[in-house]
Amino acid sequence: MPGKVVTITSGKGGVGKTTATANLGAALAAEGKKVVCIDADIGLRNLDVVLGLENRIVYDLVDLIEGRCRSRQALIRDKRLPELFLIPAAQTRDKSAVSPSDMTRLCDDLRGEFDWILIDSPAGIERGFRNAIAPTDIAVVITNPEVAAVRDADRIIGLIEAEEKGPARLLINRIKPGMVKRGEMLSPDDVLELLAVELIGMVPEDEVVITSTNRGTPVVLDGKSKAGQAFRNIAKRLQGEKIPFLPLEEESGFFGKISKLIRTGGN
Amino acid sequence: MESNIELAVKPKVQIKGIGEGLLIILGEGNWQDLHDFLLEQIDQQAEFLRGARIALDVGNQVLKAVDLGQLRSQLLDREITLWAVISNSPTTEQTAQTLGMATRIEKVKPEHVEPPASGATHMGEQAILLHRTLRSGFSIHFPGHVVVIGDVNPGAEIIAGGNIIVWGRLRGMVHAGAEGNNNAIVCALDLMPTQLRIANQISMSPKERKKALPEIVRLLNGEVVAEPWNPK
Repeated sequence: MPGKVVTITSGKGGVGKTTATANLGAALAAEGKKVVCIDADIGLRNLDVVLGLENRIVYDLVDLIEGRCRSRQALIRDKRLPELFLIPAAQTRDKSAVSPSDMTRLCDDLRGEFDWILIDSPAGIERGFRNAIAPTDIAVVITNPEVAAVRDADRIIGLIEAEEKGPARLLINRIKPGMVKRGEMLSPDDVLELLAVELIGMVPEDEVVITSTNRGTPVVLDGKSKAGQAFRNIAKRLQGEKIPFLPLEEESGFFGKISKLIRTGGN
Repeated sequence: MESNIELAVKPKVQIKGIGEGLLIILGEGNWQDLHDFLLEQIDQQAEFLRGARIALDVGNQVLKAVDLGQLRSQLLDREITLWAVISNSPTTEQTAQTLGMATRIEKVKPEHVEPPASGATHMGEQAILLHRTLRSGFSIHFPGHVVVIGDVNPGAEIIAGGNIIVWGRLRGMVHAGAEGNNNAIVCALDLMPTQLRIANQISMSPKERKKALPEIVRLLNGEVVAEPWNPK
């Protein structure tokens, strides 16, 4: 079966696209799937840093597309997971160095060799976003439970539908269950009511994510982290498994809300 | 435009210089043929066109997002930016807007200005139906009525010459009677617009959230008034 292309995108910056790409890639690879993560944020690369592979870069995405190297040379193998590969972004060029059809061509070549091709989209709705979305089979839109991020997610979902790459799947990142409970943060229900798309996962705010990102070790490799567990579940849902959503907090009352979400999100 | 040396009587593709770059006018015919022909023409003048900004007049063609999206990508490959699509078809205009392209280029296209409503018919008695969620960034300008089956999210806008009816949640910006029609109305199943305008009056939703119920908004003595929908 040819590999599937998943684009992780958001519109707004800083909501966790790169962290999610690294973690979903690591989670899929840890299950023995052959995975390549492509950093499409040309000029502002950092997926390599989050994966801890920065010092191994020789060739990058633009070298590959412009034919200065073969795909084997641009693929960097992860140091912990032998099935996980990275194609880093070029740092010294910009988004216009690549076109949407370049990306489609590249991904079509990679489909034969990999089970999963994950594309880390840059923020914004311009060329970089269009490059990232052009080859996609599954578009995952990330948002945080805050009004500005949800507004941008809505715009991005509209653009994905317009490009006929939909329906988008929604990942709500950095949820603080305590704040939701006190009514100080949008609840997953509020976000879903507005965006009206299928939920693929909810990731709680977790300080371990920050330390693991700084260390270049995806948090999914940490068995105890709640965020890591959430990402592992999302990786399973990408593969079509039905996994119930984690209760974000063990306190009573919240669980009822989540079980309601499972019914709305699980169609 | 009677004579075009290369292409005889009915040119399939005309290229003109306008203030904002180039305007390409497509003739009538099968979209795929025109599309291929256009790319062929462009490739013949690749050097000249590299880096150009193009507005495309597609006439009556009804185009979907795949068509326009594909063409835009192909033009991008040739380092040409497609920034506007002009069309007589509301569907094509919508597609272009959803893809973030302009649908008007000022000055150059007098023949596309809507003819002034004749005295006999009420202005904008036509209606357009949108059966989908209107998301942030979506914008529609229509001289007649606009009916939406679905939600209008914050950041979306509807500007209508006539009435606006939303069978869903209205959270974005709407302007009914935009050409000065004081009798225009707006109604929605759940009315919480960012801003609501009728003719020249502007209003905002009250801060506190009421229970969602269908409401109808109209101008009463020059003020924007919302009332619960109360079918007798």
